[in-house]
Amino acid sequence: MSRWPPETQERARQILTQYPHKRSAVMPLLYLAMAENGYLTDEGMEEVAGWVGITPAQVVSVASFYTMYKREPVGRYLISCCTSISCMLLGADAVLHAIEDEAGVPDGETDSSGLISVEHAECIGACGGAPALQVNYELVEGVTIEKVRELVQWLRGATPEVVNTDEMQSLFGGKTSFDWAVREESGAIGPYPAMPSLGTAASGKEQ
Amino acid sequence: MTDFPRLITKRMVDHPTDSHGIERYLATGGYEQARRATGMTRDELVELIKDSGLLGRGGAAFSAGLKWSFLAPGRPSYLVVNADESEPGTFKDRQLLERDPHQLVEGVIISSIANEIHHAFIYIRGEYPKPARRVQRAIDEAYEQGFLGEGIFGTDYHLEVTIHLGAGAYICGEETALINSLEGLRGEPRLKPPYFPAAVGLYGKPTIVNNVETLCNLPHIVADPGVFKSIGHEIDTGTFLFSLSGHVRKPGNYELPHGLTWRQLIFEVAGGLHEGRSLKTWIPGGASAPWFVPDDHLDLPITKDDTGDAGSMLGSGAVVIMDDTTCVVQAAERIVRFFSHESCGQCTPCREGTTWLEMILRRIETGQGREVDIDMLLDISDNISVGLAWPPTMTTICPLGPSAVSPIISITKYFKDEIMAHIQGGGCPLAS
Repeated sequence: MSRWPPETQERARQILTQYPHKRSAVMPLLYLAMAENGYLTDEGMEEVAGWVGITPAQVVSVASFYTMYKREPVGRYLISCCTSISCMLLGADAVLHAIEDEAGVPDGETDSSGLISVEHAECIGACGGAPALQVNYELVEGVTIEKVRELVQWLRGATPEVVNTDEMQSLFGGKTSFDWAVREESGAIGPYPAMPSLGTAASGKEQ
Repeated sequence: MTDFPRLITKRMVDHPTDSHGIERYLATGGYEQARRATGMTRDELVELIKDSGLLGRGGAAFSAGLKWSFLAPGRPSYLVVNADESEPGTFKDRQLLERDPHQLVEGVIISSIANEIHHAFIYIRGEYPKPARRVQRAIDEAYEQGFLGEGIFGTDYHLEVTIHLGAGAYICGEETALINSLEGLRGEPRLKPPYFPAAVGLYGKPTIVNNVETLCNLPHIVADPGVFKSIGHEIDTGTFLFSLSGHVRKPGNYELPHGLTWRQLIFEVAGGLHEGRSLKTWIPGGASAPWFVPDDHLDLPITKDDTGDAGSMLGSGAVVIMDDTTCVVQAAERIVRFFSHESCGQCTPCREGTTWLEMILRRIETGQGREVDIDMLLDISDNISVGLAWPPTMTTICPLGPSAVSPIISITKYFKDEIMAHIQGGGCPLAS
């Protein structure tokens, strides 16, 4: 028996129609479980196991392989600061330290109020706009140590419901990897990638 | 130096504000080549792509048409689009996905028809939600137009496309790891043989894995193979998307023909270095590639063969430029740290070796290095990649481990004095 609310169960059913084999749905269902609880709880992983027809231990073996599946509570805003080669060459270590200092949270941890988590990230594909970071996987490019302090203050003060990449870029960003050109309306509502459909408009028929 | 023919970035440059939408795509000839492909046979399409000389743009530079021709006869077969771009320095696919997603969808349709595929998966890295949303919208629009789903373009062909989001694992860019991930397993590379998923791939069925940039080229080749072949070099046909980053004035993605020199790329295309700085070294093809230095490589033509003969590779086209303020020990540590973090842990030489390489580089950087450390770095590297040869001899299932060896070979070959200065001086000589 699923403990998820009806609309979440409906999305789980839609996701399962996308794959010829049920087990393939484990990754999108793990995101669904994160969206449900804010992170992956034991109950969430058991739920996924039930939908996919594998054991909870098999689900944990998958979840533990990927860095974006958080099995410990994370803050409402997850700041991932890239410190890979191209960002490092342009001052990413100082940017990460400024974030840690302003948020009062060391790399890999969450503040006591559960609002902000800070982590260093490996390459996020924003090397032309280095140094760069993501908040709930929404990108900000061309940041500085001053601007990231303002970003942390803004997250604390404004507590945006939806984290929008263009809004953050215009407030705290600088140079971009390429011309973004078009504003995005949507954004992230939690520390997991904002991909509302988690599937496609496909009819879901098997071949 | 910006007057080169554009294929895959033309639409986004000509129509910056709406290149991602179906209206603009259709108004600029979009989906005409997919429609044409529905009237062609598998053999015709495979020959066309083989003859075009298109090499896969994911890093291995293998003939795209030849790869298609390896597809085993068993059905169903699958197409898996590798949009798991994660190699440090690479950000080209992000631009293609965000700015011209229909071009990719049209490439997916052409590749599917050529390989008699009725279900394609687009595996997009989890850190790319915005590109994934753009591609999702493009797929939805293509379904509405009848270009995907049942009876595409009024034929009896059906094609479903599903986006699959990764979750933060670079190794899933390795095609067999990607297939495992798509099957709902840990993203660990599979033992070879079979060498090609075209024989045994997704769900044990014949599978074609194509990179984003490779697929984006297909509509242009079907439209006019002559134009494609006329661009670039005799072996490396078509354009190539370079991602330039690091210490240059104009970092970014540049669509260029093969055959320019590194001097032209760095000093003309990328605008050169900042005031008062000089070029120290650069990575010619992503974090896995051995580095180049000005004295030896600046005037080499940028082609697959010239780069390979000089002991490196063009890989995925990521060029990371470092000026004289760069500490090469720190730069190497950062690259090795990446591979150490991303090692899947299956093979001992990689899992243990990358961890030790990272720790030794860090102690050299922080002034705790010992004289024996250079030999130790090379010895550990030799255990991952026997003989430190190029291309690497692997003791591992996949090339991730040997990738961590590239920066070690580079700094011990070109910058031994700088490493020794760290060890003898008790810290980084470049630290301010």
